Amino acid sequence: MNTTHYLIAGASHAGLEAVHRIRLVDETSPITLVTRDAHAPYSPTILPYVVSGQSAPERVVLRKADYFTQHNVTLISDNELVAINENDRVASLKSGDQWQYEKLLLATGADPIIPPIPGLSETPFHVLRTMQHAIDLREHAGKAKRAVVLGAGLIGMHGAENLRHAGLDVTIVEMCDQVLPGYFDPRAASVIETAFNDNGIHMVMGSRVVKVESQDNGCRITLENGNSLEADLLLVATGVKPQLDYLKGTSVQVDQGVLVDRNMRTDAPNIWAAGDVAQAADFYGEDKVMMGILPDAVTQGAIAAMDMAEDHALAPYVGGVPINTYTFFGQQAISVGQCMADAQLEELTRTDDDNQRYLKILLKDNRLHGISSINEEMDAGIMWQLILRKIDLTPVKDAFIARPLETGRALMSSTWR
Amino acid sequence: MTAYNTIAFDPSRCELCNDCNACMTACSQIKAGTDDLLHSRIKIVAGFNGNPPELALCRQCGDPECTKSCPSTALTKNPETGLIDWDESLCIDCLLCTVGCTYGGITYNAELKHVAKCDHCDGDPACVKACPSGALTYITSASIFNEQHEREDLFVPGLSACQGCNSEMIMRHSLRKVGPDTVLATPPGCIPGMGSVGFNGTTGTKVPVFHPLLTNTASMLAGVKKQYNRMGRNVTAMALAGDGGAGDVGFQSLSGAAERNDQILFICVDNEGYMNTGMQASGSTSYGSWTTTTPVGTEMKGKRTSQKNLAMIMMNHNCEYVATASTAFVEDYYEKLDKALAASERGFAYLHIYSPCPTGWRFPSSQTIEVCRKGVETNFAPLWEYERGGELRFTHSIDNPLPVEAYLNLSGKYRHVSKEQLAHIQEQVNERVKSLKRFAGLN
Repeated sequence: MNTTHYLIAGASHAGLEAVHRIRLVDETSPITLVTRDAHAPYSPTILPYVVSGQSAPERVVLRKADYFTQHNVTLISDNELVAINENDRVASLKSGDQWQYEKLLLATGADPIIPPIPGLSETPFHVLRTMQHAIDLREHAGKAKRAVVLGAGLIGMHGAENLRHAGLDVTIVEMCDQVLPGYFDPRAASVIETAFNDNGIHMVMGSRVVKVESQDNGCRITLENGNSLEADLLLVATGVKPQLDYLKGTSVQVDQGVLVDRNMRTDAPNIWAAGDVAQAADFYGEDKVMMGILPDAVTQGAIAAMDMAEDHALAPYVGGVPINTYTFFGQQAISVGQCMADAQLEELTRTDDDNQRYLKILLKDNRLHGISSINEEMDAGIMWQLILRKIDLTPVKDAFIARPLETGRALMSSTWR
Repeated sequence: MTAYNTIAFDPSRCELCNDCNACMTACSQIKAGTDDLLHSRIKIVAGFNGNPPELALCRQCGDPECTKSCPSTALTKNPETGLIDWDESLCIDCLLCTVGCTYGGITYNAELKHVAKCDHCDGDPACVKACPSGALTYITSASIFNEQHEREDLFVPGLSACQGCNSEMIMRHSLRKVGPDTVLATPPGCIPGMGSVGFNGTTGTKVPVFHPLLTNTASMLAGVKKQYNRMGRNVTAMALAGDGGAGDVGFQSLSGAAERNDQILFICVDNEGYMNTGMQASGSTSYGSWTTTTPVGTEMKGKRTSQKNLAMIMMNHNCEYVATASTAFVEDYYEKLDKALAASERGFAYLHIYSPCPTGWRFPSSQTIEVCRKGVETNFAPLWEYERGGELRFTHSIDNPLPVEAYLNLSGKYRHVSKEQLAHIQEQVNERVKSLKRFAGLN
């Protein structure tokens, strides 16, 4: 049997950050990194840009092969975790290999959700979660003319825009009444939706697909109002969820994802989880939440690794804060923290329709709870810290509301110096 | 490992120019050929409630978050230059880097339609050249670490100095540099008090160390050195003494050894008082300072007499080498330590190190270096050196000093200081610099 000290399943942001953090304090213990991908490590976020051709697959490699050799990391590609024996600390891989580990990190990410639409499973369609998906979609897009995208979440929106850039006629079908629900409020969402319409993308909102039929050179999609759409390219982007079959028979507790504590430990001994697979503390409430955003995957990967490597500098996870920086057709939408007001929150908004600018600040007891903006210069990282550190804005409240950018910079600068 | 260059910012100097925007204009000009400050990659922002200005600028972090949040590999840490490089051809404008940065160092520029960040202008930053007050400087960071990190720290870990203790930094830095062929004398004071000289039959120092009386440090060390010379062994005779052990109780032996030009490296760690025994005043305690023997009440407002300038007194012994130093300027100190070590082969070398004390002076333990820095930058504690037969030479500019309040305001021991006292202290500082300038052949 193979042995390793650290076994890390998954080689995207959480897994790679874990390797980095472990090696900061533990230069020698063997690290083994298993990824189901045959490609060198990459970010799922880059995939829509691979589809449009803006990013070449060979130029977006997050760690080159020599990084792993230099840092004494065994990289096992094109293989994946299929079972865990937590008592003997043995992980079984798809290839049949078994690895004895001291500490195991699950950073296996999430897979596309395929909605139970009649006819869908018999129809050829695309999803966009791996490099191979992106390469396949790009190849198909080069030959296609009309694309339908199911879902107006981040993957659907980025995917649709990049298919449009590739010259296709694109329609988005979304069940909700607004795009990017959860990340942006209806007003910001409507600016984004308008931009999509203006750029020739047909937005079919608040609409459910009831049937998909395969046709020659494509498919026909029937909506609940009876209308139908024809497409020679179908992209299903209705969300993601972790694939957790490999946890069968373990004491790892799962809900939507792998439940972890503030050190990213699961309920099973010697097993941690981080990134899109993990369901961790919420910054705002008691329930554990799925975050599914890149900076949070980095944070969680770092915390898990520091706990695994017994790094004394470990500070427990303070909880997930929704963050989004979304660029669309040359415009920017940024949202940090909560985007919808409730009764306890003080809401301040400023709009400049002529310049398509929009700013919303949500405060609670003069502390920042959320800020979102369209086409405003914004330091998302500073706003994130103001929220996480619960910085009292009382003495600078007027300045902050008038000039959040400069005020945020001055606050952070005075905090760290 | 390489030492990297960095742009350092001193808000108290920046404040002097009152929103001159010179750095931002220079940056906009060189990066975009315009005065529009939108294009500046360095941003000076107003401080709150009269506080000094604040800075938003890429820090070229050692373990950068922006690169970790970058899905396209457009941002990378360059191991040669230490810069975070940005490759436009790879960037997808996702702005996730702005989530990683807590310094406002990388922000979307609506005209460029890309993020923009500081690149140090290929090693010749335009902002630094344009800065009229010296608030921005282009310096090499970590050079001391890179030179010295492989040498052994000759004090044990776990000495019981106070949090933020400057003296502990001084002794560890000094002995690490001087090296193991040393006999060390530490008379009563904080340095033996924190355990360096020993406890329970063990020692806190990895070289031979002894604990003379306050009165006889230099004379004992002179004898020890003579005996080693007689045995034909080249050993550095080194003293780490406080200002009391050097300048008050220990002065007669110090003066005698200096007058005889004995081969000794004598380092005075001056925290302006007897700090380990309860913060009593010494001859080094500055005018107006609160101590437990110069209290602040209805009559007395801190120390009534001025501090004596021990470094100048030692210079007037005409010994081989005399210098002042500060832990805020460690490169400067290391150069002086080299010279002092060489001089101690020939005769008496004396180093006087200003050592602000968080416990006794009443400032937060995180502020030790800042207090040291302000001491130098206000000319309260000017940095200079003197070699036998030569002239005094300033090693840090004494021109355009900050007002002395910038230094006094940091320490609780001056909290009560009145306007009149402040004026008196400023006058003393000016007088001292004037007198030093005479020795430097200036004026």
